[in-house]
Amino acid sequence: MKKVMMGNHALSYGAMLSRAQVIAAYPITPQTQVVELLSEMCADKTLNAKFIKVESEHSAMAACIGASITGARTFTATSAQGLALMHELLHWASGGRLPVVMGNINRSMAPGWSIWTDQNDSLSERDTGWMQFYCASNQEVLDTVIQAFKVSETLAIPSMVILDAFTLSHTYEVVDIPDKAKVDEYLPPFKPPYRLTPDDPHAFNGLTSPEHYFELRYKLQKDMEKVPALIEETGREYEKLFGRYLGLVDDYLCDDAEIILVTSGTAGYTARVAVDELRGSGVKAGNLRMKVFRPFPFEVVQRILKRAKKVAVVDRNISYGHHGIFAQEVKSALYGQAGDIPVFGFIAGLGGRDITPASFREVVDYTLSHDIPEDNILWIGVKK
Amino acid sequence: MPKKKDAKKIVFQSADEMPMMPMSIGSMLYNKTGSWRNIRPEIRLEDCIQCGICWKFCPDMSIGIENELPVVDYDYCKGCGICAEECPVKCIVMVEERK
Repeated sequence: MKKVMMGNHALSYGAMLSRAQVIAAYPITPQTQVVELLSEMCADKTLNAKFIKVESEHSAMAACIGASITGARTFTATSAQGLALMHELLHWASGGRLPVVMGNINRSMAPGWSIWTDQNDSLSERDTGWMQFYCASNQEVLDTVIQAFKVSETLAIPSMVILDAFTLSHTYEVVDIPDKAKVDEYLPPFKPPYRLTPDDPHAFNGLTSPEHYFELRYKLQKDMEKVPALIEETGREYEKLFGRYLGLVDDYLCDDAEIILVTSGTAGYTARVAVDELRGSGVKAGNLRMKVFRPFPFEVVQRILKRAKKVAVVDRNISYGHHGIFAQEVKSALYGQAGDIPVFGFIAGLGGRDITPASFREVVDYTLSHDIPEDNILWIGVKK
Repeated sequence: MPKKKDAKKIVFQSADEMPMMPMSIGSMLYNKTGSWRNIRPEIRLEDCIQCGICWKFCPDMSIGIENELPVVDYDYCKGCGICAEECPVKCIVMVEERK
């Protein structure tokens, strides 16, 4: 069945089709309509889940952790300052190996107070041990929630499904809603190897001496390293059932491209407009849209980018005192690879300023007219 | 009070043996937090009215009930004094720990 829906509701439908059993959320700003629709679905029994209203995002994630440790499939959603307030609990979820899935709407961090998009909220949580999926369409949002539960539950690692504020969260698109029975086939009920139950009592997440802590972190990293292959495998399985492949990246005309624009989120589709224009004028351009950021898909990024002569990364985020975060990571992925490909790091669209085809034209003009970048950060659209 | 080195520890020899999360690794079997205590609760059982308030309020579950009377587990009681504060007949007194 097809339905016109906003990105927020695509998250809700994803959680509903995944048969989330517990949803805990703080219902006020910066919350979005994600949990509003889910609360309605719980009320009218479209979804048989316990909806827990809490007094903060910190408590929302705490409730999700409590539910997940008993073996319930658990979902929540937040944004910006709300995600920041969850920070401590994000470590509890990943360290406790609880496969919570969370929608995060990329909103800029205050101050200045903002409800518009950039990625600094989720990228500030880069090292918490959560997987991060950056989506570019409402269809991809819905599909990715279902896949995220599957990958998370297989490897006991939580996931963040991330979408741009307004350019996706409140933008209406046609979304194909997968058949519920087929989703059940794809995503069987959650059965963790260990859970909190009176039938087999255990103490969880207690004091861990230096004799054991290191190994727990080693195991989390080793399981993170299994994620890329599992995403490709579950993505193909999804394609078989629903006709849409869900991979680590989405590459567009990269095979023979001399200049590749690296983007994430909705800016990826805008980049394609620029790529088409460039192709029309004889420039061999391509777009690599990074979908999975954690774990970083080194192999596929290296394979695609090392064919290019120049790489231009457009970041809608900044690591103050360093540079754009995707640019840093692309550079680290290309370190030691043959060719010594110059990576141009652009920053655009902070605080929800539009990234337009003209922004990409500026990016391409600069990249084509310089052998190497003159600076670590090349600013697009800032009033200097 | 047994010293840390006297208690039996669970020590995993490899990551493969361990659960993926810290689960029942027995760290509190040897980590006797009662050693932190500077003042200890002492219960005058002859005055106790068996209300169970000390048992209920103890934040570390260090008060048990045996034969309907409270018993302090000094291996884990940190000496916070909540039991003495809450006891309605004041039959729990905090006395200085001599080490």
